[in-house]
Amino acid sequence: MTNWWLQALFSILIWPGLLTGALIGWFLLWVSRKIVAQFQGRQGPPFYQPFFDFWKLPGKKTIIPSGANPFLFYALPVLSVISVVLALALVPVPGGSVISFDGDLVLFIYLMEMPALIDVIAGFATRSVYAQVGSSREALLTLAYNLPFLSALIALALKWKSFQLAAFSSAPVTLATVAAALALFLALLAQMKVNPFSIPNAEQEIVAGIHVEYNGLPLALFELTHALELSALVGLIASLFIGPFGSAWIKLLVYLAVAAVAVILLNLVSAGTARLKVQHAFRFYWTWGVAAAAVVFITALAF
Amino acid sequence: MSGIFDRLISISRRRSPWVYRVNAGSCNGCDIEVAPCFSPRYDGEQIGAVLQSSPKHADILLISGPVTLRTRDMVKDVYQQIPSPKAVIALGSCPASGNVFSGSPTIVGSAEAVIPVDLYVPGCPPRPQAILEAIQTAARMLEKGETRSQKEAQHD
Repeated sequence: MTNWWLQALFSILIWPGLLTGALIGWFLLWVSRKIVAQFQGRQGPPFYQPFFDFWKLPGKKTIIPSGANPFLFYALPVLSVISVVLALALVPVPGGSVISFDGDLVLFIYLMEMPALIDVIAGFATRSVYAQVGSSREALLTLAYNLPFLSALIALALKWKSFQLAAFSSAPVTLATVAAALALFLALLAQMKVNPFSIPNAEQEIVAGIHVEYNGLPLALFELTHALELSALVGLIASLFIGPFGSAWIKLLVYLAVAAVAVILLNLVSAGTARLKVQHAFRFYWTWGVAAAAVVFITALAF
Repeated sequence: MSGIFDRLISISRRRSPWVYRVNAGSCNGCDIEVAPCFSPRYDGEQIGAVLQSSPKHADILLISGPVTLRTRDMVKDVYQQIPSPKAVIALGSCPASGNVFSGSPTIVGSAEAVIPVDLYVPGCPPRPQAILEAIQTAARMLEKGETRSQKEAQHD
């Protein structure tokens, strides 16, 4: 029993949890910035940039805006990091996470919703008008991008008759898997707040969006959440494809290759588009998101 | 153990200077010269510099213009909103001497009279290379604890 607890702790803190999640997330964030820079004809930052961007922030003084509740100001980013780390520990990486039980898909979905909800609360809690505009946009977008996200996962659950993430990653790759990955990718654009859906954190337009009043350690924790979210969501898409391969090393290779493809596509879209208005983004997800959801359900139930 | 973290944080200050700019009555010449620093030709992101749109996220304040009486309080306010440690770079001749506006009754004439300035970039307007060099120097000063905000904090 103690052995299981140790292994669970290892899953949460090291692989696939906090440590590797953060390192992979920072690497993917650098890849994103590098790709966008290359498309704009720039050199782009060196590979350690997101790492130093994070570590600089705890060394700064934290200013709590007047009128904001100090407890809320510190507790929200901590809660956000904890929920993403727990979600990351559930991702069925090659080799398998020890924390796996029937119904962990539901827990994963709840935990991945937490950062968005906390962002909304954090925006209102800091009492800045710009953050409040960002919060209301974020709240609207969650209603939009969750449509393809949830229907892809529910369709796969119906197909493999299991609410366990490990069942998804051990299942063979079919047409439904590819369709589900595409639907998850559609949601990933808005979940990562990249162009054309960089609406809640719209730089310049609403100053700095939701995190405009955040600084120092709380801002660092929000940046960490962003990196962990990226590695969790990309990891989820990649884990759908590792089923048919026997050896753990080939599984790991396929996992990393799919993750790389997902991140490159994500930044191709982000570098090639401009920001949409919130109503256009909403319309996009309720037409193309619905279409993707329909395709996923048809492929999952018919084939 | 805390020594390693202190070292890590001070290296990070050099590697990741986030910049916020404030226009204190400038003619826009200096501000136009800041834009190419982050464009393909000069690409400040290579030294980790990023333009931030909130002073709460910034490490370095770029101030341009002769600090008119109407902007004086705003400049002070923005400076106080930047979490310490922080560095201030004055762009061009205006914040140094008042330039062609020197002697006007509507300007303070010197950024030094309002906030502690660490670096002056000469020129009217300065070249983007000079601005990038100033950002890099300010980042090095932040690493070594040589900026005036850090020195004042030590004396307290």
